Amino acid sequence: MEKVVEMQDVSMNYHSLGGETQAIKSLSFDILDGEFVSIVGPSGCGKSTLLSLISGILKPSKGRILIKNEEVKGPSKNIGYMLQKDHLFEWRTIIKNVIIGLEIQCTLNKESYKSAEKLLKEYGLYEFKNHYPKQLSGGMRQRAALIRTLTANPDLLLLDEPFSALDYQTRLAISEEIWLIIKKEKKTAILVTHDISEAISMSDRVIVLTKRPAEIKSVYDIILTCENKTPITCREAPEFRYYFNSIWKELDVHV
Amino acid sequence: MYDKTNFSQEHINYIKSHKSFKRAVSFTRIIIFITIFFVWEIAANLQWIDPFIMSQPSRMLKTVITLSKDGSLFLHTGVTLYETIVGFVLGTVFGTIIAIVLWWSNFLAKVLDPYLVVLNALPKTALGPVILVWIGGTTKSIIVMALLVSIIVTIISVYSGFSNCDEDKIKLLKTFGANKRQILKLVVLPSNIPAIISALKINVGLSLVGVIVGEFLVSKEGLGFLIIYGGQVFKMDMVMMSVIILAIAAALLYLSVLWIEKKVTKMM
Repeated sequence: MEKVVEMQDVSMNYHSLGGETQAIKSLSFDILDGEFVSIVGPSGCGKSTLLSLISGILKPSKGRILIKNEEVKGPSKNIGYMLQKDHLFEWRTIIKNVIIGLEIQCTLNKESYKSAEKLLKEYGLYEFKNHYPKQLSGGMRQRAALIRTLTANPDLLLLDEPFSALDYQTRLAISEEIWLIIKKEKKTAILVTHDISEAISMSDRVIVLTKRPAEIKSVYDIILTCENKTPITCREAPEFRYYFNSIWKELDVHV
Repeated sequence: MYDKTNFSQEHINYIKSHKSFKRAVSFTRIIIFITIFFVWEIAANLQWIDPFIMSQPSRMLKTVITLSKDGSLFLHTGVTLYETIVGFVLGTVFGTIIAIVLWWSNFLAKVLDPYLVVLNALPKTALGPVILVWIGGTTKSIIVMALLVSIIVTIISVYSGFSNCDEDKIKLLKTFGANKRQILKLVVLPSNIPAIISALKINVGLSLVGVIVGEFLVSKEGLGFLIIYGGQVFKMDMVMMSVIILAIAAALLYLSVLWIEKKVTKMM
């Protein structure tokens, strides 16, 4: 299968007047087309930095990042980024929020507007297209945020703890929904999370990082036996506990 | 939305007590207002206070009527209102533009910071005589006074709103490849409309200060001129009347800004 992301010996240092912090240390991994990969690690280990590097907002101190065989030199249309909160703009209607990426990339035309409407229709937000974000529930807002990301038609989705601002029930429901959308749209996705169950239930592969400076501690190929695989049914697979326990041990949490 | 016939007794009582509280507040306000003017009038009539120095509501009313007859009252009030409105609109617009420039260039913002702090602390009215000499005794210098008084506060408060804009929202736009101009247009400006409107609210009061001081100095027309002129020739009726008209004008200006705020927040 084609490689979508290639991380080649990537390091990242942060500078402040107080000194230098190494956030990421010679990280290398590949992500294949259509894969769903989760990255877990102790809090503050540089997971979000990793996504910022892949998206091109930050430049690595050392090493190269290739997306579809092209080196990342800045934000690209190929990548969609989802943040912790939905960050829908309260002063814009849902449809206006959804097309903001098109507006920025100057690709807003009749055709792209239609395709944005089509996505809203498909995922049950069409009736709300002229509503303002505050009129929507938390789950619907997160869905609108995903559609905003999808509208720019990226090949790769970066999910930076996109469910952590939601309460537990909504979180389960929305992660299921968003997983289904991502699979249906056949997107490659990288999910950063601190929730081990979420990582196992959604991904094909889980990468465990060490404490800062982040290095790869281990990689798990998640193979679960369950019918009709979706994140919620996955949680009932017999192997789930095994993965959970070993990743938990790897993270080596001391309170 | 609600079925009004179906309220429980408890809810009806709640609404009743809320309404009667509001009524009591308005009633007391009016009573205080009437009492002040009534006592003032009586005290002057009974010679408890000297109406020549303290003036008196009925004498103020007479002044209103005489000055209305020759139209000069409307001229002076109109001039003051015009200067104030031009002053605070210009103050808000230029202040916001300068705040945008500072947001754009972090270097410039850092360089100008101490100057802004000192200018903010300086009573701008102290510059009145300078402006008068530079620009001349015209409406122009009064407007410049009003502008000066309001612009620094606007720059500081709007700029701090700009720099406190949610970093993650900016990051989101950056992931789409937004440039600085797009970030300004799509998130920094719209999310700071409330900050700009609150600057507008502060500026109504500040511009009036600038305008009145300016009219004191220029002494040609306007309510400030009536006050200073009345004071010099001991026409306290004229002074007091002008102050009260000024209070009404200030309240009306403030209410119209509130109205604009309501319209804008509704639109958003």
